[in-house]
Amino acid sequence: MVRTLLVRGLLVGLLAGLVTGGFAFAFGEPRVDDAIALEEAAAQAAAPEHAEEAEHGHSEEAVVGRPAQKAGLFLATGLYGLAVGGIFALVFAGLRGRVGRVGRAGRGGPVGPTSDGRLALVMAGTAFAAIILVPFVKYPANPPAVGDPATINSRTLLYVAMILVGLAATVIAVATARRITGDPWARRVAAVVAFLVPVVAAWWLLPTVDEVPEGFPATLLWEFRLASIGTQLVFWTALGVLFGWASDRAARRTIAPAPAAAAPS
Amino acid sequence: MSGLSTPSSIPFPRLRPWLAAVPVLLLVAYLVLMDNGAVSQTGAFLHELMHDGRHLLGVPCH
Repeated sequence: MVRTLLVRGLLVGLLAGLVTGGFAFAFGEPRVDDAIALEEAAAQAAAPEHAEEAEHGHSEEAVVGRPAQKAGLFLATGLYGLAVGGIFALVFAGLRGRVGRVGRAGRGGPVGPTSDGRLALVMAGTAFAAIILVPFVKYPANPPAVGDPATINSRTLLYVAMILVGLAATVIAVATARRITGDPWARRVAAVVAFLVPVVAAWWLLPTVDEVPEGFPATLLWEFRLASIGTQLVFWTALGVLFGWASDRAARRTIAPAPAAAAPS
Repeated sequence: MSGLSTPSSIPFPRLRPWLAAVPVLLLVAYLVLMDNGAVSQTGAFLHELMHDGRHLLGVPCH
């Protein structure tokens, strides 16, 4: 059972990652190219004779050329999808059958999703909010040419800290929702508030990072960030839908193994 | 949806051995998203190869 779910998660994750790569290639790569062109022009203007030695490694003599980096995009999103899909499947295996019944004693009906397909969709939506949107709002994605290489370690740590805050806020929200057994709307509002309190506190308290160079085009920054959050939205939508679809399909097969007995649903 | 029974839970003892996969999967995600050569020992190669993916997946990148 766990093995089936894990294999499903890995395959579906890989597929979702490749679909995501297609989206990022179509909508993100033009913005990356624009940003690299600006970066190289700035390096040229700053030190014409040393432009080739630009520390960023985006110049023609870089370790990996631009065409290979565009192919590498699919490798990156594919491997990302594989890894995330596997973890998603194991979390799914742990939550399956443990959410969805808990509140049944109360008049409000079950807390959370009641079928495999719905659980997958709710998990993907929650994960997108908690580990993508929460860090994105505080530390949005930046194109090449934005960001000081000297601060990469602190920026990465802050980004990971925001992911952990998002995960912790999810646990707090679920624990809060479970304590409220009456009106389902009261439960939903309580869950959202319990999620937002630690998240907004972290947005408020953690240091701001603003390393956008003077004169960097605002439209390019906006379009890049839109493409970036769109890339993640495509990934989590594809992962939730594909995993949910595969799970419901598998469940239907076990319920009605003989084709003749299948209900006309 | 009504044709599907409420899913049954998987006992934790059966789940536990599979959790060994989590560190491996996290390592893959780390290599894709964050490594700068310290773990992969390929210098900037992996970083540069997956450079565009990092930027577009929204992770801080140099």
